[in-house]
Amino acid sequence: MVSSSALDFRIPSDLARIEAIVAQVVHRCRECRFDARQLSLNVPVALTEAIANAMLRGNGEDAAKEVRIRAEVSEARLVVEVEDEGAGFDLDACCTDPTTPENLEREDGRGLFLMRTLMDEVVRVEGASNVVRLTLRRR
Amino acid sequence: MTLDATLHGDVLVIALHGQLIVGNRQALKQRVLDDIESGTRKVVVDFANTGYIDSSGLGVLVSLAKRLRELGGDLRLANLNADLRTLFELTKLDALFQIADSREQALASF
Repeated sequence: MVSSSALDFRIPSDLARIEAIVAQVVHRCRECRFDARQLSLNVPVALTEAIANAMLRGNGEDAAKEVRIRAEVSEARLVVEVEDEGAGFDLDACCTDPTTPENLEREDGRGLFLMRTLMDEVVRVEGASNVVRLTLRRR
Repeated sequence: MTLDATLHGDVLVIALHGQLIVGNRQALKQRVLDDIESGTRKVVVDFANTGYIDSSGLGVLVSLAKRLRELGGDLRLANLNADLRTLFELTKLDALFQIADSREQALASF
């Protein structure tokens, strides 16, 4: 997926590192003339969720484990792959709806929902259950 | 993210500067919990200088609001930009919070 112009980061599982990575991806999307709302909402929130999931769940908050973020941005779309060092998980098994009355007051459970709502596609990469791919078409 | 806390009568106003996300949400949570311990029951969070919130940030707001309501108080929100309003609508949390257009309006709502 990654071309010579793609962004490619490897960072330790440190939550404080997320914002700077997200800012770089947003910057690249801005250069590719993504819609203002995609720059201020869809990309930063969904990407923050994906990286945080990788650090907290995939790597179990183990700071010694790394997360790799590869982003390919064009004037057609953004494709980001987030890879952790965990055993992987089944995205389709995580289908709790946080908007139902019984879940509304829960503190957790909105991350995957927001990723799916704000991206055009969120999938586990075939053959690599510890890699999540997010795709957003430019508007 | 940094936060400024000021008391307006018996209402604690927390003004956030920056994004409320997984890496910093604990700072907001601990600050408000400390104030609850000291007797605060009414809180306004002012988002005038916040661009976006992630699910962890939303979760902290839900958790703090729940705690304050259990104690007879409330947590209300002010100055959400269009993106933040969209987030609250998507997650249906707009039904859980009183959202004011300004800090003054939020203060007056108590």
